[in-house]
Amino acid sequence: MSVLVEEVVSNSEPPAVKYTAKNFQSDQDVRWCPGCGDYSILAQVQRIMPELNVKRENTVFVSGIGCSSRFPYYMDTYGFHSIHGRATAIASGLKLARPELSVWVVTGDGDGLSIGGNHMIHLIRRNIDINVMMFNNQIYGLTKGQYSPTSEFGKVTKSTPMGSIDYPFNPASLALGASGTFVARTMDRDPKHLQQIIKRAAEHKGTSFVEIYQNCNVFNDGAFFTLTEKESRDENVVYLEHGKPLLFGKEKDKGIHLDGFTPTVVSLKGGKYSVNDLIIHDENNSTLAFILANMTYNHALPRPVGIFLSIERPTYESQMTRQIQVAIEKRGVGDLEKLLGSGDTWTI
Amino acid sequence: MVKKTKSLDEVTIRFAGDSGDGMQLTGTQFTNTSAIMGNDLSTLPDYPAEIRAPQGTLFGVSGFQIHFGSTEINTPGDQCDVLVAMNAAALKVNLRSLVDGGAIIVNTDGFNDKNLRLAGYESNPLADASLSKYQLFQVDITKLTALALADMNLPTKIVDRTKNFFALGMMYWMYNRSVDTTVEWIRSKFKSKPDIVEANTRVLKAGWSFAETTEIFNVRYDVKAASLPRGKYRNITGNTAVALGLVAAASKAKLDLFLGSYPITPASDILHELSMYKEFGVKTFQAEDEIAAITSAIGASFGGALAATTTSGPGVALKTEAIGLALMVELPLLIVNVQRGGPSTGLPTKTEQADLLQALYGRNGEAPVPVLAASTPSDCFNTVFEAARIALKFMTPVMVLSDGYLGNGSEPWLLPNVKDLPDISPKFRSDPNNYLPYLRDEATLSREWAIPGTPGLEHRIGGLEKQDKTGNVNYEPENHEKMVHLRAEKVERVANDIPPAKVEGDEKGDLLVVGWGGTYGAIRSAVEAKRAEGKSVSHLHLRYVNPLQKNVGELLYNFKHVLVPEINLGQLIKVLRSKYLVPAVGLNKIQGQPFKSSEIEEKIDAILGGK
Ligand code: SF4
Repeated sequence: MSVLVEEVVSNSEPPAVKYTAKNFQSDQDVRWCPGCGDYSILAQVQRIMPELNVKRENTVFVSGIGCSSRFPYYMDTYGFHSIHGRATAIASGLKLARPELSVWVVTGDGDGLSIGGNHMIHLIRRNIDINVMMFNNQIYGLTKGQYSPTSEFGKVTKSTPMGSIDYPFNPASLALGASGTFVARTMDRDPKHLQQIIKRAAEHKGTSFVEIYQNCNVFNDGAFFTLTEKESRDENVVYLEHGKPLLFGKEKDKGIHLDGFTPTVVSLKGGKYSVNDLIIHDENNSTLAFILANMTYNHALPRPVGIFLSIERPTYESQMTRQIQVAIEKRGVGDLEKLLGSGDTWTI
Repeated sequence: MVKKTKSLDEVTIRFAGDSGDGMQLTGTQFTNTSAIMGNDLSTLPDYPAEIRAPQGTLFGVSGFQIHFGSTEINTPGDQCDVLVAMNAAALKVNLRSLVDGGAIIVNTDGFNDKNLRLAGYESNPLADASLSKYQLFQVDITKLTALALADMNLPTKIVDRTKNFFALGMMYWMYNRSVDTTVEWIRSKFKSKPDIVEANTRVLKAGWSFAETTEIFNVRYDVKAASLPRGKYRNITGNTAVALGLVAAASKAKLDLFLGSYPITPASDILHELSMYKEFGVKTFQAEDEIAAITSAIGASFGGALAATTTSGPGVALKTEAIGLALMVELPLLIVNVQRGGPSTGLPTKTEQADLLQALYGRNGEAPVPVLAASTPSDCFNTVFEAARIALKFMTPVMVLSDGYLGNGSEPWLLPNVKDLPDISPKFRSDPNNYLPYLRDEATLSREWAIPGTPGLEHRIGGLEKQDKTGNVNYEPENHEKMVHLRAEKVERVANDIPPAKVEGDEKGDLLVVGWGGTYGAIRSAVEAKRAEGKSVSHLHLRYVNPLQKNVGELLYNFKHVLVPEINLGQLIKVLRSKYLVPAVGLNKIQGQPFKSSEIEEKIDAILGGK
């Protein structure tokens, strides 16, 4: 850290007094459409922040463009509402310059996977310790309802009157394919789960990629209702919990069995299959993570929600810091006079 | 046989061969040796975009020109006095830059039937009379190199790669310079490969001895040291000077340096260079693309680093939106454009000055940024340092223009005294009372830099229009107009903070030649030559292209004529005409090559007539 920065910033100790959610609410009016899923996400994040024990001044939210990207304005932390798709790159520079900060990216399916898709995969592969919350509403909201890179095939929107012919990304598979070390999925309408996952993401050292299903009630209302609403969710969602079998259904009487490499639904009724035949989730197993993430668009299977993968790999910034240390150990702290006069010199 | 030694004031040599022949290395070594001998000099590397173009072809020719002397040297030389050609294609491509009566030293082995065919020669120029107006020296460099290494049992490929050292050895003899600096360089460069050290050193010395003993060469030349100002010197390219300027600026700003960059010709060397300076705390980030390169730098700037991004024209095109963001959020940032031939991919390895209007206007909305241009390789250091000072003081992105000619070209650099470099450290806001992100300094109009980590200053910035003072998102018509004016006015006020423009020559007269960037040396030489003839001509070279220094208009009005030479179709001239309504005339050349001073001299003559 440079001398000047050191003079003004506070240390990385936990806050002296315990925060409440209120401490994270800024003075700005929240301007999402009434009923938008973003409200719930904002509330859960504000609720979970005090538990992270990071000083407000050491927390930075960076976003791009889109409905979700208004998020930083509503958080009473440092914030940067930047340009379309680039939040991940801006956050990368910030985190590399100031590794001690807690850096968050708020993005959407358009911002993070379309215009910013390139930066996203490169952030993930580098494993910079940044927490990415990708609000997936499967539509462009801010530009008023065009299909997005996660919209389902065949979707009729303003720009696809005859149905979309784009095959959608599966964000979790994309993140795993980019060698993500923490890949998770949660939902706006499941506040408890959302809080848990956000907390785990914050604790992870390295890039954490969290896909959050978010209802855009204006342009894509109900896109996830089968997954989030009481009547249907138990039959359609399987929660991934480390060390536990993949069970689902109202009565927890169904599970996911691995037939070769293929996950299949089996019933525990009738005696043919027992809990022992089910996949036991292992967050540390990247092969399993791929298999589970690939269940996503298979309509014969329930939608997996939870942490697909959580593994350790050195972060980019820790290695950058290390290289600087090694250089200093080898050559001493840089001396400008010497540097300018390096190479072949002569005196007149 | 007694060989004669003649004394010369200045010489221009061009080394030319296949892109795999090591001509850049040969030229650089000759340059360093000459620099250490105290010559003033200027160099022009001229190489193809392909890394290893097919052997023997015309488009695979790589050249390196050095102009050195005991007098002041401002350009790499309009024409060369000596051409070293390693094959037929090299001769064909470069013959037109050789003066009548000049010397050609050829590697005869590079003139076999295949070479001749590839170069498009119908008959062998070494055998017919086509080179009769030159002094031709024919040496079978390939064979002599092989002989020198006969007992070493090296693979032919390796032997072949050392032949450039034979040519270098001959030139060292011819210009009376010692092989020691190069021997030392070979030793440190190939430390881990004793065979290669031995082979290169032997061949270098063999070339020298060959020239000494053979009767082919009977005159050698002495080019004495130039009378440069006293001090310690090194030879420096523009790209290295940019890198050092950035490190120096960060050090004098007491900040860490962050470079976000994406490899691009001809700017990549700045990234390479800075990635070696980790002990200075320099963080280099090779981003996934040009956009991430600049946006990562913006993130680092938000965090309180001295942040820079280095690129060339196509990269700037991609960074455009982000430059707008940086000026909207009013964070300091340096954007270095080492210009190359455009448009589109254009001529990656050739020089051009055609990105000036892009630098000035190439963004959406009213988006002014200060623009500075370096005039010589070593001036890149000062220009970058000054750009950093302005960026930090005015909280603004600043564009620095270099070009391929400056970036790769080199000259002796009188090392600055580190203690004399000004302190440019900014002041971070720390007081949480009454903090508003867009409160401005009365004199500079710059806002305060409040960095994450500072207690009580939590705030949000972004690319949406800001409310005056609070920085909150605001769409009111009057506010927008006010903010547009404030941002423009802030950049204009940089003019209050820079020294007045200075003319070289008289402050009044018949003709003022106005230039910017890499044309400095050529214009200076031309103007000096014409002044020596008694012509009333002066030279104004602009480092500050935006804002222009306050006295520029006045200086222009002091002359009857204004000439603006540029390596583009006339970009600065547009600015000068529209701002000062002067009837300036342009001299424009867009060949991927710098001006020759003779071209500028001719134009001066044409304007001033026989007077
Ligand atoms: S358009 Fe959709 S996503 Fe955007 S704020 Fe409204 S409901 Fe939310």
